[in-house]
Amino acid sequence: MYSEKVMDHFMNPRNQGEITDADGVGEVGNPTCGDIMRIFLKISNDVITDVKFQTFGCGAAIASSSMATELIKGKTLKEAWDMSNKAVVEALEGLPPAKVHCSVLAEEGIHKAINDYRIKNGLEPWKEEGGHHHEHEEAGDEE
Amino acid sequence: MTPGQAKIKQITYEGNGHDAICSSCPWTNTVMTIMASQKMVYMDHSATTATDPDVVKAMLPWFSLMYGNPSSLYKIALESKAAIDDARKKVASALGAEPEEIYFTSGGTESDNWALVGVAFANRKKGDHIITSAIEHHAVLHICKYLEKQGFKVTYLPVDKDGRIQIDDLRAAITDRTILVSVMFANNEIGTIQPVKEIGSVCRERGVLFHTDAVQAVGNLSIDVAEMKIDLLSLSAHKFYGPKGVGALYIRKGVRVDSYMHGGAQERRKRAGTENVPGIVGLGVAIEKAAQNIDNNVSRIRSLRDKLLDKILDEIPNTRLNGDRNDRLPGNINISFQFIEGESLLLLLDNAGIAASTGSACSSGSLEPSHVLLATGLPAEIAHGSLRLTLGVENTDEDVSYVFDEIKKAVERLRVMSPLYADYIKARSCNV
Repeated sequence: MYSEKVMDHFMNPRNQGEITDADGVGEVGNPTCGDIMRIFLKISNDVITDVKFQTFGCGAAIASSSMATELIKGKTLKEAWDMSNKAVVEALEGLPPAKVHCSVLAEEGIHKAINDYRIKNGLEPWKEEGGHHHEHEEAGDEE
Repeated sequence: MTPGQAKIKQITYEGNGHDAICSSCPWTNTVMTIMASQKMVYMDHSATTATDPDVVKAMLPWFSLMYGNPSSLYKIALESKAAIDDARKKVASALGAEPEEIYFTSGGTESDNWALVGVAFANRKKGDHIITSAIEHHAVLHICKYLEKQGFKVTYLPVDKDGRIQIDDLRAAITDRTILVSVMFANNEIGTIQPVKEIGSVCRERGVLFHTDAVQAVGNLSIDVAEMKIDLLSLSAHKFYGPKGVGALYIRKGVRVDSYMHGGAQERRKRAGTENVPGIVGLGVAIEKAAQNIDNNVSRIRSLRDKLLDKILDEIPNTRLNGDRNDRLPGNINISFQFIEGESLLLLLDNAGIAASTGSACSSGSLEPSHVLLATGLPAEIAHGSLRLTLGVENTDEDVSYVFDEIKKAVERLRVMSPLYADYIKARSCNV
């Protein structure tokens, strides 16, 4: 069901863990839907110098977190912001249709972490373009 | 001895039943490679079981040697007919029924669908109300949804935290429009056994038909349809070491049921379609063997199950048993591991060669976790972290130790990754 790449990132997740003095933290998803992703960013001169994740979720959610964090490491904030969930899916050599939302979750987690950093530093948060919305969030907002 | 049995005796196969079929099967190499490459522990017997070699052996002659259509009139056809009748006796005897009360089907789903639709339409002049439970298999729940679309009214009885319906709820739900109660014998996910005998008594008292989906019960629990006042009962061969694609519906004599499959006059005009002779023969042998060995198998499987269950609950913190501790299927374990999600747990176990199952939504592609776990009142996030292990005849002590070790490792590994666990640990250290 999963590609070899997904299995590799699930079995050997990159960047798993916590940055205790993170400059930006983003959390998306909710436990009711079965997935939560938390992204920690260390930022210096507008560049992501370190990134870690914690994920509660399925194999695809863990692999997406691992791959997405790999893709933004060393990138500028703008580059990281522009990384779409499609890039994560491609890098993972595909995800089953029912699991594509896991890659959306990773993109949104990164966006949230970036905006957390921007707000903390007195900057205007960036706006989501196209506004694709993680389907789980609505259920979470009710709680 | 029936003519069918006499013929089987003349045919011998070398080795066990598997050699005869597997040597020419193109899949054999693939399967053998998988099995040889790593340890494999199968703990998903509620999903399906390996067909017993004795069953395979008994089925073989009915494919290419005695392939006659049981509806035909020549000798090999009569042999097929005799073999079906023989299997029918075996099924009847295992259930405490009469042979003419047994109808062969394509499996559990067809039996459930037929029972519900057949009773509903045959009795609609009498009433239009059906009662079932919230935790039935989809083969019952989805046909109930269909019947609702056809104008029938369905009550879905709630269950308690262990997954059991309350007899008082059932009594209160029955009206003078009620024609059928369908409650499963034992649940496929959490293993909880329903108070079948009491349900049967209430239904008989109130003049309402009682159907039970006994797909998980046959071979694991003793069943007597007369004593338990069961009017219709579904079973499926592949759950008790028989072949896939064959099952039966018991219909008590005198119960009005419309046909579901329409066509030829097979199964005494009740179920059309050329009989699956090898499958039916296999079902007969499997159910006979299951009934003969039930005490030994069940006590052995239950003690292995208890060992594994207790070890997990004792040695892995933040775990919860789903379903009743005592009134449950002998091989069933259903445990929720807090802070982790079931599909990722299954993947790690699969990587260790362990076959198991989960009630998490993420394994099915839907957003909702198991309707059974939710009906017992379990919060969705705990339902997502559920693992079902169902043990069977080939499991050993060694399997139990191996599976426990792998579960412990996998749970620890996923918890370390989980933000929920991180929060839990932080909250705990603050409280100390």
